[in-house]
Amino acid sequence: MAVIADFAFQGAQMLLVLLLAPLLTGFVRKVKARLMRRQGPSLLQPYRDLIRLLRKDVVLADNASWLFRAIPYLIFAATWVAASLVPTFRSGLMFSWTADLIAIIALLGSARFFLALAGMDVGTAFGGIGSSREVMIASLAEPAMLMIVFAIALIAGSTQLSTMAAFMNSPEVGLRVSLGLGLIALVIVAIAENARIPVDNPATHLELTMVHEAMVLEYSGRHLALIELSAMLKLLLYVSLIACLFAPWGIGGADANAGLLLLGVGAYAAKLAAGGFLLAVFETSIAKMRVFRVPEFLGAALMLALLATLLRFVSRSF
Amino acid sequence: MVVTALECVLALLVLAPLAIALGASARASIIVYGASLLLTLALAIIALLVLLGHGPAAAVTLPLGLPWLGAHFRIDALSAFFLLVINLGGAAASLFALGYGRHEEEPARILPFYPAYLAGMNIVLLAADAFSFLVAWEVMSLTSWALVIAHHREPENLRAGFVYLLMAGFGTLMLLLTFGLLAGGSGAYDFDTIRAAHPSTGIAALVLILALLGAGSKAGLVPLHAWLPLAHPAAPSHVSALMSGVMTKVAVYGFIRIVFDLVGAPAWWWSMPVLALGAASAVMGVLYALMQRDLKRVLAYSTIENIGIVFVALGLALAFKAHAMEAAAALAFTAALLHVFNHSLFKNLLFCGAGAVLAATGERDLEKLGGLIHRMPQTAFVVLIGATAISALPPLNGFVSEWLTFQAILLSPQLPSWGLKLMVPAVGALLALSAALAAACFVRVFGIAFLGRPRSDAAVAAHETDSNSLAAMYALAALCFVAGILPGLFIDGLAPVTQMVVGHPMPAQGSIEWLSIVPIAESRSSYNGLLVFVFMTVSGVLGAFAIHRLASDKIRRGPAWGCGYPDAGPRTQYSADSFAQPIRRVFGTLIFSARETGEMPPPGSTAPARLTVTLRDPVWDALYAPIAAFVAFAAERLNLLQFLTIRRYLSLVFGALVLLLLVLAIWP
Repeated sequence: MAVIADFAFQGAQMLLVLLLAPLLTGFVRKVKARLMRRQGPSLLQPYRDLIRLLRKDVVLADNASWLFRAIPYLIFAATWVAASLVPTFRSGLMFSWTADLIAIIALLGSARFFLALAGMDVGTAFGGIGSSREVMIASLAEPAMLMIVFAIALIAGSTQLSTMAAFMNSPEVGLRVSLGLGLIALVIVAIAENARIPVDNPATHLELTMVHEAMVLEYSGRHLALIELSAMLKLLLYVSLIACLFAPWGIGGADANAGLLLLGVGAYAAKLAAGGFLLAVFETSIAKMRVFRVPEFLGAALMLALLATLLRFVSRSF
Repeated sequence: MVVTALECVLALLVLAPLAIALGASARASIIVYGASLLLTLALAIIALLVLLGHGPAAAVTLPLGLPWLGAHFRIDALSAFFLLVINLGGAAASLFALGYGRHEEEPARILPFYPAYLAGMNIVLLAADAFSFLVAWEVMSLTSWALVIAHHREPENLRAGFVYLLMAGFGTLMLLLTFGLLAGGSGAYDFDTIRAAHPSTGIAALVLILALLGAGSKAGLVPLHAWLPLAHPAAPSHVSALMSGVMTKVAVYGFIRIVFDLVGAPAWWWSMPVLALGAASAVMGVLYALMQRDLKRVLAYSTIENIGIVFVALGLALAFKAHAMEAAAALAFTAALLHVFNHSLFKNLLFCGAGAVLAATGERDLEKLGGLIHRMPQTAFVVLIGATAISALPPLNGFVSEWLTFQAILLSPQLPSWGLKLMVPAVGALLALSAALAAACFVRVFGIAFLGRPRSDAAVAAHETDSNSLAAMYALAALCFVAGILPGLFIDGLAPVTQMVVGHPMPAQGSIEWLSIVPIAESRSSYNGLLVFVFMTVSGVLGAFAIHRLASDKIRRGPAWGCGYPDAGPRTQYSADSFAQPIRRVFGTLIFSARETGEMPPPGSTAPARLTVTLRDPVWDALYAPIAAFVAFAAERLNLLQFLTIRRYLSLVFGALVLLLLVLAIWP
């Protein structure tokens, strides 16, 4: 019985992230539009877009290989698994020990590895430019992310997300300098990883300014739908991760009853909305950077995260 | 066991003259590689039996070598593990060579040295006295040198051979001095006696430095790596695979044997030079790799990176061991060994893949490849597995050893020494940086060589490689996969080695539910490669199933989008150099003083615009060039001695004699 309940919760988590991801993206777009005094598309527009893409035929470039067709599924699988392993409304899920935070980051790394390969498969200049810039951004964002994990793991005494969330929810965590530095760095990394302004513009199709869109330029139909859905899942993952680490209030424990779980779902929805709103405000108030300013932006995240880790190494109280 | 192993090694040695006798016939290559395959497999099985505790770890002494010493051989857990790594690599390379050897133009230059090289590496691992160890080390160096210059008509290879010979000589000299110090005045060169004698702190520190120089130069640690990217690509591909994937592991073995086993208890600061050199190698190695255009040279530089990761883990193990944190030391040491094993698998695989590409196209230059996934689909598939594994991506094996190393770093704030507290976070950051850059590097290698459109006629005409080569690559890829999803079993296999070397094994992983790995405690960290793989497969298949039920299944083919510009040639694709440009700009301007100069023709001129990139190797400029300049300067000055008169020679000899006697008289 307990096993069935465990499976059910794990399954519910997987479905929840999958269903909420387009809504979050739609919400961010809506808020951005409202902030620009536009009406903006409906909140459900991303779902409609995905369904419309699914109905369309796939147009493959003449030169596309089997790898090009397999990659959308690989990316989707890796991102979905990673997103399902971050505690959202309930911690201590059945498979939460399958992968700790380092492994979740590496799973996202796998998705990016294959996406960058997809950009180079057809053999146009755009795909290459996107892949090349993507790996440059990742080569700074990934170490920064790992250093953030180190800093937080050294405070929580674990890289296991459930344990980390439980620790951050307990009174012993307090206010710490390294946590503050880690949060700033994590936000910078999340912005870069999700191809948001000021690093990349998710709405642009002007070749020279784009990174992510250049890589997926050759995708169409159901392949594009999967890749878009993966990008939405990734945004949701980062918002959940920040919420789980820095605002773990309301996440139900492994023994939570129905009322607490409902509270957990409500709290999660509120956190997603807050995260999406802040992202939209940030994006409308800043301009996109030149590509070679991005390393400085991410370098700042790396330095902050390294400083946070170093503080943890030299003192227990920071 | 050890006798059987020695018989196998002897058989390998006998193969060498046999190969000379057989000459350059096609049969010779089949006999030599086939026999090497069987013998290395036998040796691998012996090593596995010893490692799993089924065979007695016996020792023998043969009446060879120095008259009062004899030649001591034994297999203990440490040498059994490395024997397994070396012979698995050797078997894969031999199987690959059964097919690849047919493309060889001058087999007679390779066949005699190949089994001797394998035998040399095996004897290094079996040796239990310093004399046999050094002789075998020298056999290994010289046979591999002969293999490096096998294609001696290319001037590049001769230069590689020259630099290799110099550095190999330097490395052996350092090891000779190491063992001289360890043996002390008594001259007892067998390992048991050395282990029983505890050298003074100063001597032990000197031994550490010398061992780091000696074994580090063979392993390719920065800044002793200069020979490696020249020599490894110069050899035929199956030998490159052995040199990069396997011989560097023999060097790691030498370092572990001397520093962890023979010297005795380490001091806490010993870990600092090891960590520093390891971290520097990891980052520099992968940055060099990103700047290269030669496929095999990229792989050679990436070996430097991976050796750096191994040495970082070894440095952590030393630090933990010195502070008597046994569980943490076992974790770090296991991470190092697992990375040794993993790297031998995927580096062998990638070099075999490079060999297959070389045989199919005759090109090693990335800029002249492209689109090979259409013409060599199977090679592309296995190389993709190797590239994913070496980029430390789950669920493959490279990730597991990096994950363990990160877990070991997370234990190091408990180290009491301040030097290490300040150093380890920086090392961790460099390790994370190198992991991210490695992924970038292998996206570039695979994307440029196998994806896109062919950039040369040779790449258009490529064809799939032969079945023996493919079998070897598939076997290695399968091992990468198994080691990635069932890491617990492999960690348990390493327990006897950790027990022997750091005195404490990692907690048994095989009995943990669902075959997870849990280095310390489940609440702290755990990883389950099997479940991650199953999860990914299930969600990928679910997604595919749902989509194919719901969505349009139609596929149309059309031309790629070129902004309305039709028929853009393959040369408009991103090239290897342009792919690396952003990273070169971010990291290269500082480290390699990379400069880009654009040259635009004046308006109206039809001359092409040119972009020139200059890179300088900081290590070569700062270390090797001054030494070479000094040697040249000194040689110039000393040359005068050649033209002295006989009287001056005699007075010189007399003066030297007097000086020597004075020194002896004053010596306490």
